[in-house]
Amino acid sequence: MSEIPSLTLYELIKNIKEKKISSNEAAKSFIDRAERSKKLNTYVTDNFENCLKLSKQFDNRPNFDLKLPGIPIAVKDLFCTTDVRTTAGSNILNNFIPTYESTVTQNIWNEGGILLGKLNCDEFAMGSSNETSFFGNVQNPISKDLVPGGSSGGSSAALAANLTPITIGTDTGGSIRQPASFTGTVGLKPTYGSCSRYGIVAFASSLDQAGPMSKDVKDCSILLEVISSFDKKDSTSIDFKRNNYSKELTNNIKGLKIGIPKEYRIDGMPDEIEKLWQKGIEYAKECGAEIIDISLPHTSYALPTYYIVAPAEASSNLARYDGVKYGFRSSGENLIDMYEKTRSEGFGEEVKRRIMIGTYVLSSGYYDAYYLKAQKVRQLIKKDFDDAYNKVDAILTPSTPSSAFKIGEKSSDPVSMYLNDIFTVPVNLAGLPGISIPAGTDKNNYPLGLQIIGKPFDEQTVLNIAYSMEEKINYKNNICDWWIK
Amino acid sequence: MSDKSEYFIVRDQNIYEVVIGLEVHAQVTSNSKLFSSSSTKFGAEPNTQVSLVDAAFPGMLPVINEFCVKQAIKTGIGLKAKINNKSVFDRKNYFYADLPQGYQISQYKYPIVGEGNVTLDMPNGQKKIGIERLHLEQDAGKSIHDIDPNSTLVDLNRSGVALMEIVSKPDLRSPDEVNAFIKKLRSIMRYLGTCDGNMQEGSLRADVNVSVRKKGSKDLGTRCEIKNVNSIKFMQMAIAYEANRQVDLIEEGKKIDQETRLFDTKKNETRSMRSKEDAHDYRYFPDPDLLPLEIDDEYINKIKLEIPELPDEKKKRFIDKFNLTSYEATILVSDIETSKYFEEVIKDSDVKLSTNWITGELFALLNEKGLDISDSPISSKNLSKLINFIKDGTISGKIAKTIFEIMAEKDEDPEKIINEKGLKQESNPEELEKLIDQILNDNRDKVTEYKSGKDKLFGFFVGQAMKVSGGKANPKLLNEILKTKLIK
Repeated sequence: MSEIPSLTLYELIKNIKEKKISSNEAAKSFIDRAERSKKLNTYVTDNFENCLKLSKQFDNRPNFDLKLPGIPIAVKDLFCTTDVRTTAGSNILNNFIPTYESTVTQNIWNEGGILLGKLNCDEFAMGSSNETSFFGNVQNPISKDLVPGGSSGGSSAALAANLTPITIGTDTGGSIRQPASFTGTVGLKPTYGSCSRYGIVAFASSLDQAGPMSKDVKDCSILLEVISSFDKKDSTSIDFKRNNYSKELTNNIKGLKIGIPKEYRIDGMPDEIEKLWQKGIEYAKECGAEIIDISLPHTSYALPTYYIVAPAEASSNLARYDGVKYGFRSSGENLIDMYEKTRSEGFGEEVKRRIMIGTYVLSSGYYDAYYLKAQKVRQLIKKDFDDAYNKVDAILTPSTPSSAFKIGEKSSDPVSMYLNDIFTVPVNLAGLPGISIPAGTDKNNYPLGLQIIGKPFDEQTVLNIAYSMEEKINYKNNICDWWIK
Repeated sequence: MSDKSEYFIVRDQNIYEVVIGLEVHAQVTSNSKLFSSSSTKFGAEPNTQVSLVDAAFPGMLPVINEFCVKQAIKTGIGLKAKINNKSVFDRKNYFYADLPQGYQISQYKYPIVGEGNVTLDMPNGQKKIGIERLHLEQDAGKSIHDIDPNSTLVDLNRSGVALMEIVSKPDLRSPDEVNAFIKKLRSIMRYLGTCDGNMQEGSLRADVNVSVRKKGSKDLGTRCEIKNVNSIKFMQMAIAYEANRQVDLIEEGKKIDQETRLFDTKKNETRSMRSKEDAHDYRYFPDPDLLPLEIDDEYINKIKLEIPELPDEKKKRFIDKFNLTSYEATILVSDIETSKYFEEVIKDSDVKLSTNWITGELFALLNEKGLDISDSPISSKNLSKLINFIKDGTISGKIAKTIFEIMAEKDEDPEKIINEKGLKQESNPEELEKLIDQILNDNRDKVTEYKSGKDKLFGFFVGQAMKVSGGKANPKLLNEILKTKLIK
């Protein structure tokens, strides 16, 4: 039973279907490991008791036709879950217990998944290191005092530490791909409109997308198949024909054209990132892909554009947390005083910073110069990709400009923190699918990821390229369970 | 100060014209809210018609109610306005306890309906009032300050209910025109079934923009906006007060500050709520939770087929087809229920008589009882029957009034009343002859006087005959017989 947590999702499903492992055994082993892994601080709220009960129920009346038969799964604490506290990593939702379920998590339960618990994340998904969470920072299982990335840092850490066979995160500017890159795991941000946003605590509505995080590409395709669905409850959900991603997964990518954007070779990029990218290009060639140099001319504007659009939407999305209807409320002399105290005490520094930026860029007199201009640039960035996709089927870039950094190293310098998202942000602005796969390590033996960006709704090609390259790269995380003594 | 048709404010040598524009908030008639499926029924227990979307729970998303969009398009068509193929929902951001999202979803730069117009029937002729735009938006909840002494209570039943904001051009020039405009707007929307226009329940309220300028001036003066006035009477009072206040300021050589004002209905005055400098910065931006609203011409044309005959067209038809006067037609079409009632009555009855009876007796009755025509104690069918009995001579007009009064108490078939009470008109010549002979016999002296030239006595004989017959004698026949008898 001790090796259950190290199985991939695919292997675990196989074992459960062959009745070699019961759902309850699986649940017990993940829970047991989680109990011994509290130092990582991955869980905000656990659902262990209920998970054991539900896994027993599954074993009593198993249904092996389901895609996730009795599989215990922990999810990012940004997904609303019925009767299970949902905090978004914030004090302001510290006591919030939803009466409803997000569409994405509901899709997972419908296919037999069982909730293990809710995973730590940056407050309202604003952050790249999980340090903005009200519930404290998360340890990267790769090495002590290393950040797991963010905002889905609890998710990436739990996955890399074998506390959950698979997980889901959300990605607004890189919040799935960057933590995946920092922990040697796989993370996919689907095309905007693939996965319903219903029941996900909103950060920036026009950028937010839920996506699978997994130990390998095959697992990623299985989970994407489960969570991607058209949903009438989300007006931005798109009704397109979704593939049977895991079934159609192939490592044959011969003849596919992969673009290498020259603008991603940024000033001051560490040598080892450049080397990793080159190695990735060689792997892609070995897999039979054709490498083509492309240009995405507006790349350098992506980060400033993102840091206008995302805070603008966030400043409005977070207005509902006022202490009136639910969540944390501070007492005040009058309504305004209550608002001010509730929001000052309820939100953390990074969230307040972004609310202030967002409020500023939407203010009359500044709207045209910032928000409107950013929307125009966003269109240009989108067009860059459209033009590129006339020539190539996908694009290969590094996932992040560096490997994981130490806890506290960048927390006092927001701009250097924001630079982490430089390769991932354009993908969100253009609404495209993007995956990060582990591709090597830096001098400290910390994982580094490569990003494959696809055409809209072409997750299949992205997965196939990742699957094919994964085989060649043959990356293995070397985690020594340092936190378990 | 003003005659019937014009409204000016006069101070010494100066004559001032009042310029008024309205922003009317009309609640869309719809069973569910603009972005959620909660009920919109008026008068429910507080916070019983609130969905997770209405209360802005985390992760909840708005989904547009297509019916409300259709209602807005219908209204736009009724206002002879351009329906925009693409419109955008924006967020209007501000904090208030009864605004759960912290923003109102509205339409800012790209409304669903563009320019149109409304025709007013004023005593001195018709006047067209321009419509600037119509947009869809959510209503807020209600803050209740007077139940608990220490706290404000919030009722979210109204939160998210669909409103149409209809903005007029500054084409109105008097309180009377404002009255006519609101009534016409309400009439059009009631014809279309897009807003019930019930001002007591808050289904129709308006912000009133008022400015003044010297008569003949082309430039607009500085305007003040009077917020949220919920009756026509208050609008008229507020305009009169505000216009005079502004004129006084100008006469004193003072400047008018552009500001938002409130109308105090108890003191009959407006007072400053906030100045332009204190105006909210609403930080409008397109709502990223909603896609732009795209409406193709085919969809609009389909809706056009559902548009009923509207008051202006109906009025024209009534005049052309039924020979009504403009005044009669205006009264009969002003309310869709009245026009329906009228058309039901005239289906089988004389138009002229029906018009007179509806605008005369029936309106007086409804007025007296404070009832809408849809609650009329006399059904159109029974009124039609009554009118037919008058027309064919079964009863006289006078008897008809008696029967009408009985019908007003309980809606009975007039035929039944006539039979039960024996009110049928006596039109049998033989019976009348007998009756007349009797009267002439009893009044020989008067007959002699008449024959010697006192013609006026003819009326006396008619009166006697009517009295004896209990008012039932057919007057025309009675006259004829009486004349022949008196010549003999």
